[in-house]
Amino acid sequence: MSSAPMIEVSNLTKRYAGHTALAGISFSVARGEIVGLLGPNGAGKSTTMRILSCFMPATSGTVRVAGYDVFHDSEEVRRRIGYMPENNPLHNEMRVREYLKFRARLKGLGRARSRDRIDTVLQQCSLTDVSKRIIGQLSKGYRQRVGLADAIVHEPDLIILDEPTIGLDPHQIRLVRSLIKSLSGSHTVLISTHILPEVEMTCSRVMIMLGGKILASDTPDNLQSRMAGKGQIIAEIAAPVAELKTAWSQMAEVEHYDVSPSEGNFHRCALTPRDGCDLRPEIFTLVQQRGWQLRELTRNRHSLEDIYVQVTKPNEEEE
Amino acid sequence: MHVFLTLMRRELGTFFVSLTGYVIISGVALLSGLSFCVLIRQMGGSGYQLPVTELFFQSPMFWFTLLIANAVITMRLYAHEKYSGTYETLMTTPVSDLQVVSSKFAAAWVFYMIMWLPFLGCCYIIQHYAKQAGALDTGVLLSTFTGIGLFGAFFISFGGFASALTVSQMVAAMLSLLMGLALFALSYVSGPAFSSGNWQEQVLSRFSLFEQMQEFAHGVIDTRSVLLLLSLTFFFLFLTLRAVESRRWK
Repeated sequence: MSSAPMIEVSNLTKRYAGHTALAGISFSVARGEIVGLLGPNGAGKSTTMRILSCFMPATSGTVRVAGYDVFHDSEEVRRRIGYMPENNPLHNEMRVREYLKFRARLKGLGRARSRDRIDTVLQQCSLTDVSKRIIGQLSKGYRQRVGLADAIVHEPDLIILDEPTIGLDPHQIRLVRSLIKSLSGSHTVLISTHILPEVEMTCSRVMIMLGGKILASDTPDNLQSRMAGKGQIIAEIAAPVAELKTAWSQMAEVEHYDVSPSEGNFHRCALTPRDGCDLRPEIFTLVQQRGWQLRELTRNRHSLEDIYVQVTKPNEEEE
Repeated sequence: MHVFLTLMRRELGTFFVSLTGYVIISGVALLSGLSFCVLIRQMGGSGYQLPVTELFFQSPMFWFTLLIANAVITMRLYAHEKYSGTYETLMTTPVSDLQVVSSKFAAAWVFYMIMWLPFLGCCYIIQHYAKQAGALDTGVLLSTFTGIGLFGAFFISFGGFASALTVSQMVAAMLSLLMGLALFALSYVSGPAFSSGNWQEQVLSRFSLFEQMQEFAHGVIDTRSVLLLLSLTFFFLFLTLRAVESRRWK
């Protein structure tokens, strides 16, 4: 059982009256992975998560979590997941510790065990100081962490977080991210977001969703290297334009170049290498040989944002 | 069992951590106090053969209290959780639908019974001033509270059902108020309970809540009424369970 994937989704379809939210998606997530579901609003991320957490049935297809079917063995699945829905709904009238105790007991933890676990998660989520405060009076950052603490309090195998960092300030986002990263290995985490750097920093795999379909699924690095062929190299060099142009046209690895004037007597050269090779050492040697002045030499890596825009663009136009 | 108790404790707690619970209890205290004042004025010192409790239930005040309080208590049971989203966090924990429905019902019913405690106070005040042993009888008081409890269970079960159907507390309250009023009106239509007449009237008269409560307040616990109220309660709890489960069919 332990070697089986944590999540197995095959041909999952969800139709609401009038529109299809998920159009037959299939994927699987191995144990210990942190997977990011990325996509614009309405792509089907939340629907996928709601079906995985047994809140909503699928129209067709099968979904298994830790080997259990979400429809037929719903209670077994729910025992193994920690789910934080979008907007993080909490009981505002309760105190933090009281709420976590309530949730831990609901999730089947005994009295002593729940006390231990609550102490642990309060510390993990830096909530110890506010454990006696009323949830309704807490700031957004604290509330979000209370939701996270609730999701992990019973040490679930699978943690499902729907937009965990939405509406947080940069400092709080860092805190939440590092918390999610610390969960990897022992837990499987599925997070959804439409914030790209989040996925880039926390996830071992990214699935890009659009219009109820999965368009791409790979590690952030692999997705980037797939695009790297088109990554440009930028060099700012103080040299006459004509000399620069001849140099680039003589360099075999340069597929395309563009030289534009910059401040002072510097020129900005944007070079597109052939086959995605790294031209920086060659450029540096050239500059040294000619005795030019160099003030910038960078490789324009494709961010996940470019990939995301590229992957989702054609379909958006179709719509 | 501990899931049921955990859920029930939280549910009951929500009445007391917010103003809702206190407002309802003081409202009921005010209403029953008022109706007792009216009662005492009406009696005007002349001797009455009936126990105080029975006189109280002859006034419509009891029914107003029951109808309005029931709607206010039950409207938030499911609708509020659905609206705020906590329903999603609740239903994704390993709790069964039956545990959710039964704990919510139990908590609302316990609160409903607590709500009637001021009424007990009124009874004792009357007894104190009437200085008559017959004014208040423990047996009658017990049967009265049995009646209050059974009626409460029935009203709360359909109030809960109304709340399980919708996201809006307002709609839930309107639905349960409407149904309560319809049942109340039926009592007037059908005439005296267990009357002889054609079969339609016979059937309707079985649902005459007014008359049935009167019986309880008189100190009579009629098994027919008890069974009717209990089966109606279970029927609506069953419907509520179906409504909660319907999430899995859609």
